Amino acid sequence: MNAEVKSGQNQATLELQNVSRSYGDEWSQEHIIADFSLTVESNKLTVLVGPSGCGKSTLVNLIAGFDKPDSGKILLNGKQVTGPGQDRMVVFQETALMPWQTTRQNVVFGPKLRGERSDADIDAEANRLLDKVGLAEFKDKYPIQLSGGMQRRAELARAMINHPLIMIMDEPFRGLDAMSRELMQEFFVRLYEENRRTNLFVTSEIEEAIFLADRLVVLSNRPTSVRKVIDITLPRPRDFHMLSSTEAYEYKREAMELLHEEAMRSFNRASGSGLMDAIAGGGGGD
Amino acid sequence: MSEAVQNGGTSNGAHSSGEIKPRKKSKLGKALSSKTFWRGVIALVGFVVFWELCSRTYGWTGIQIPWIGKVPPPTEVIYAWSYVIWLPGYWESWYLSSARVFAGFIVAMVLGIPFGLCLAVNKYFYDIFFPPFEVLRPIPPLAWVPASIVFWPTTEMSITFVTFLGAFYTIVINVLGGARSIDIRYLRAAQSMGATQWDLFSKIILPGTLPSIFTGAAVGMGITWEVVLAGEMISGGGQQGGGGLGFFIWSSYMGGTVAQVIVGMISIGIAGYLSSSLIRYIGSISMPWRRLF
Repeated sequence: MNAEVKSGQNQATLELQNVSRSYGDEWSQEHIIADFSLTVESNKLTVLVGPSGCGKSTLVNLIAGFDKPDSGKILLNGKQVTGPGQDRMVVFQETALMPWQTTRQNVVFGPKLRGERSDADIDAEANRLLDKVGLAEFKDKYPIQLSGGMQRRAELARAMINHPLIMIMDEPFRGLDAMSRELMQEFFVRLYEENRRTNLFVTSEIEEAIFLADRLVVLSNRPTSVRKVIDITLPRPRDFHMLSSTEAYEYKREAMELLHEEAMRSFNRASGSGLMDAIAGGGGGD
Repeated sequence: MSEAVQNGGTSNGAHSSGEIKPRKKSKLGKALSSKTFWRGVIALVGFVVFWELCSRTYGWTGIQIPWIGKVPPPTEVIYAWSYVIWLPGYWESWYLSSARVFAGFIVAMVLGIPFGLCLAVNKYFYDIFFPPFEVLRPIPPLAWVPASIVFWPTTEMSITFVTFLGAFYTIVINVLGGARSIDIRYLRAAQSMGATQWDLFSKIILPGTLPSIFTGAAVGMGITWEVVLAGEMISGGGQQGGGGLGFFIWSSYMGGTVAQVIVGMISIGIAGYLSSSLIRYIGSISMPWRRLF
């Protein structure tokens, strides 16, 4: 109960100011992220979409505090991010539920660890969240006994119980089959629309991005920076029919074109031959 | 002697037939009706029959089957066994070997698990202790026998030490590998939720390493049996005529009863099987999530 009231007032603005990160030594340095600036607005669902292999996961690691930028600043509500913290919860690719804990044990892991509340309080909230994500009957099962979709929902519950200021979703539905993926997208968008928490969602699927987003951030290829921010004004609550509207089509076309350009750029760089330029020029048709 | 043999034969037969009847539990019924179980039974029976026939061909036809023909047939082994089980020395050998195996094994676990975990989590510890560990590791435990007889005051201690070495390296390597292969996302998720270094160790690294600990234990247990036997053969017998199963085999060989040598070998097989079953059982109890695979 308390949590719901609190989340309504949760203001969380995440600012990335000229963030850069590269790996390797002086001789073979690879710039993953260069001069990346973005403001993730409070109580909005911001979706980052970029070609696979661009520095999306690196970006997530920087924001979560698992990694530090070489230069630039990351600020959450004006306060610099220095390490991992419960104000920024990450839902990882595939599943990162502890296999040796039951669903319920996974969910209560964080609050029990910190011991900031009574066990009864934690258990009550865990039950409420498990109910909400439809896993009440599966709370004593181990992650391996759950389906892919159930695992993602359990992970959502595990993140939400920590009341983060911002939820970071790193391609959370990757690896699910098409049907479960669609169901999870719908489930997630309902969850978001219920009490608009600040969300940063990373994906490589354009349709998923448009379906979920308030703001769509198209990323450039390596070194990653912001290529364009598109405001998605499709009405809420969202449903899948909206994806076939002209408006959605326009968003999709624009994002596709940008991503195609970015993908082609890296393709050419990788192959480094004029032949590929010719194919790209012919295929792109522009 | 012959009295003892007859006695053994009759009472043993009576005992086993009396034991089979009352077992009509559902678990046993399940096992009896499974194809896997019967395939196993047929394979074992087939093997014993094959062995018996090959051993007997010389007596029947005068042709000796190259390798297996020199081995006493199973019936002779069982006959020898029925004599041996009435000797207190035989059971004392069981006890002595098992005691050495478990002593060495438990010490190896108690030292090996923390050592492996320290190697995995602390870079300085790893840098300092891993190189000497890697130099000592390739030395076969049996190569330590002469040295350990010099090091340790009693024969008993030197055999146990060699046994310990057999399990120690395997356990350490498994724990180290297991702890290092823990998915970093578990650690990251826990860190985000405010886990301290100790929390990470006790709630992520330790349970995450548990499967590797049991793998190491099962393999280590096998090696321990190999090593203890050889150690016993080399170091000679005990005081009261029961120097362990290794010595039992050796003295049987010296005494010229090949059937009894095979009795000793099969006894080791059974002992090894029982020990590894025990580890598997403990493993499945302490890792309920692994039972679901």
